[in-house]
Amino acid sequence: MAEIAADAPQRVARRPRLRGAALLGTVPFFAFVTIFLIIPTLAVVIGAFTGDGGRGFTLDNVRALGDEYIVAAFGRSITLSASSAIIGAVLGALLAYALVTGKPDGLLRRMVTAAAGVLAQFGGVTLAFAFLATIGLSGFVTVWLQEHGLDPYANGVWLFELPGLTLVYTYFQIPLMVIVFLPALDGIRPQWREAHVSLGGNTWQYWTRVAGPLLAPAFLGSTLLLFANAFSAYATAAALVSQGSPIVPLQIRGALTSEVVLGQANLGKAMALGMVVVVAVVMTAYSLLQRRTARWLG
Amino acid sequence: MTGVAVHLDGLRRTFGAVHALDDLDLSIEPGELVALLGPSGCGKTTALRILAGLEEATAGRVLVDGRDVTRLPANKRDMGMVFQAYSLFPHLNTLQNVEFGLRLRRSSAKNRAAEMLELVGLSDLRDRYPHQLSGGQQQRVALARALAIEPQVLLLDEPLSALDAKVRVQLRDEIRRIQTEVGTTTLFVTHDQEEALAIADRVGVMRAGRLEQLATPSEVYLRPATAFVADFVGLSNRLPGTVTGDTVEVLGHRLPLVTPHADGAVTALIRPEAIEAVPDPDSTVKVLTSSFLGSLSRVTVSVDDHLVVAQVPSGRLPDLPPGTPVRITIQPVAVALE
Amino acid sequence: MARVIFRWTVLSVMGVFFLLPLVAMVEFSTRDPETWPLLVDWPRLSSEYPALAEGILASLAQAALTSVLMLALLVPTAVWVRLRLPGLRRLVEFLCLLPLTIPAIVLVVGLAPVYAWVNYLIGGSSLTLVFAYTILVLPYAYRAIDTGLSAIDVKTLAEAARSLGAGWTTVIWRVVLPNIRSAVLSAAFLTVALVLGEFTIASLLHRTNLQVAIEYLGKSSATVSVAVSLAALLLAFALLLVLSLAGSSKKGKTS
Repeated sequence: MAEIAADAPQRVARRPRLRGAALLGTVPFFAFVTIFLIIPTLAVVIGAFTGDGGRGFTLDNVRALGDEYIVAAFGRSITLSASSAIIGAVLGALLAYALVTGKPDGLLRRMVTAAAGVLAQFGGVTLAFAFLATIGLSGFVTVWLQEHGLDPYANGVWLFELPGLTLVYTYFQIPLMVIVFLPALDGIRPQWREAHVSLGGNTWQYWTRVAGPLLAPAFLGSTLLLFANAFSAYATAAALVSQGSPIVPLQIRGALTSEVVLGQANLGKAMALGMVVVVAVVMTAYSLLQRRTARWLG
Repeated sequence: MTGVAVHLDGLRRTFGAVHALDDLDLSIEPGELVALLGPSGCGKTTALRILAGLEEATAGRVLVDGRDVTRLPANKRDMGMVFQAYSLFPHLNTLQNVEFGLRLRRSSAKNRAAEMLELVGLSDLRDRYPHQLSGGQQQRVALARALAIEPQVLLLDEPLSALDAKVRVQLRDEIRRIQTEVGTTTLFVTHDQEEALAIADRVGVMRAGRLEQLATPSEVYLRPATAFVADFVGLSNRLPGTVTGDTVEVLGHRLPLVTPHADGAVTALIRPEAIEAVPDPDSTVKVLTSSFLGSLSRVTVSVDDHLVVAQVPSGRLPDLPPGTPVRITIQPVAVALE
Repeated sequence: MARVIFRWTVLSVMGVFFLLPLVAMVEFSTRDPETWPLLVDWPRLSSEYPALAEGILASLAQAALTSVLMLALLVPTAVWVRLRLPGLRRLVEFLCLLPLTIPAIVLVVGLAPVYAWVNYLIGGSSLTLVFAYTILVLPYAYRAIDTGLSAIDVKTLAEAARSLGAGWTTVIWRVVLPNIRSAVLSAAFLTVALVLGEFTIASLLHRTNLQVAIEYLGKSSATVSVAVSLAALLLAFALLLVLSLAGSSKKGKTS
């Protein structure tokens, strides 16, 4: 009760102390995040500009990113990410559209979105093995095709190269697209179609002038998210590709595991930094497009 | 531009076992504004959507300017439509929204769209996007967009119900002004009786897929054709009465009937404004509650276990605090029976 | 009509594409009839494939400990920041979502020196991966818990409890936590599913877990590794499916 009598100056004086005490409550979180997230991130950034001796600023590592084999790895990583993102986006958008044409609370839609939620997280070793069991050299589909006189690998085994990785990646890209694109499709109001029709428009005009432009930012943004997703993926490729390092994450693995022998640790950090830059650019563009989508279709 | 006549002829619409529309006949004169009024689920929106071509009738015909358009798809019907809310295209600004229908027709859009924006008083906001407009402004743009294509018929589907009370009244009056100015035949659907009475040339009161009454606002209010109309339009007292010949006796007053009825006990529907309460120290009837409503006020009294609501000028309210003995008189206006 | 045809064509083509690998795994793992009986016979499994058994145990322990650490770190902080330090909310959110933009392979590169210290201070047990995994699951867990907290009025609840004489620990334990139980549960489920599927960090920091063991096994015994993959996958499926079905049915109820 005495607190009621406390006058203004006292309150002002007490505030900082309270704030300080309140801050104490967040110390464990910030300490943990600093050690296991901030420091590693800084280690990558600083390491990328540090000589292999451990001391001294250098641009050698970043300059080494221009080496032909690293540029080629980035090129392949981007090709793989872009192609799997575009295929995943188109097919995922079709699937999402097929879902919204049905009942909004129907069992089918709920089952498919639930399954998409699971499959979008599905990757890594298990996914690689699933495809090995399917179209590996002695896989289910391969054997079946060969029994029917068709050999998918007549022109060489492509499963362990970019086409194979693209195929395997679409397995988690399509579900991810369904999850991120479905809300945008749900945001399309029936009034727009009806208003469009009452103003004299036909179906083609509806898609080109109303639904198309409205969905374009969401579609583009989702595709970028899929790109970042594929670009960051490591485990699937690592389990599938055992020889050579066609893409950047596998190059980084090479740099990490051979660090004792060749002392390439900081080149690995430079490549890691390169990956972060690509992902950051893509994710920034994604969030800008997402903001527009939220305004139009929120 | 002169309006065209619209006829809905025996419209039926069934969803499974539910009759959304049950043999609806409705004629709208050229240039007239008809309001369809009724509780939710009475079929008024279904009727409008069938006229727009957005829904198909199970049976019946739609005639516009004498032409049968029942099988014509919505985009060939030439009807301007204003929805309850959120119908503006969010990726287009005000001007582009208004031009939209004109561009589909490849007609010279700019001037006509600008004219329409002026008509609804939004010329200054032509570059704004829908999310930058208030609800009332959005509906004005929607109206301008609907009128820009010079439709044969204007359809308004509860255009005001998502707005604040004050904006609602303003925009209501403005819609009426604009409609009178352009002279387009208009169907206006609403569940708000005050809105319907204020805006329409004629009001159609609907119930369970049928028209209960189609008449001018004053007729609907003063001479409700059925008990449902009397009840839905305005507030009514339900009082016991006895019919003899062409009059009904209610609380000791002889009143004329709207429609003839067989002799016997009935429930009469009487408007609060037809009932007067005057302080009378000798009366056994007492005021239960009194509520101030602005220029007019209401007092509730109990007569033989029946609650009777009477309307009084607010100036007299201080004389009628709860507990005051009052005498009840009923004006001899025609009465509907339940 | 065209719509219905389109709909079912898309759904069935996609259905085949997504079911085929699962069917293939079933077919592949049953080529040797001994495989599945072996998997449910724990003593035999651990004697014939000790590395696999070790990986399974390691992953289960990692999943459990990561859930605990994640909740212990995230729930009090998220609640506390909402109640007392709203100015810090953007920062906490930013930090929690940051791992989304840092690929796991990049995180490993930066974690290597940190883990050199971890090795030195507490040893090289596979359980030390729990620290890295907590960072990895942070975005997903944060979103789940933040959604849960947004659904209730934490501030009013806390003020009501405080006015009745509750201390801050009581507020968090007995008032806020029971109200975000489903959010906490979904954060924990997501964590378990993600940890069970983790390979990148474990493999490159030279520690074992389920995925590392499966990958290692794949080189010698493909059938068993596919069978274990399938089993792990079905487990994660079941977890996440329960989670998302529970989530969507709940959403249906409130809207």
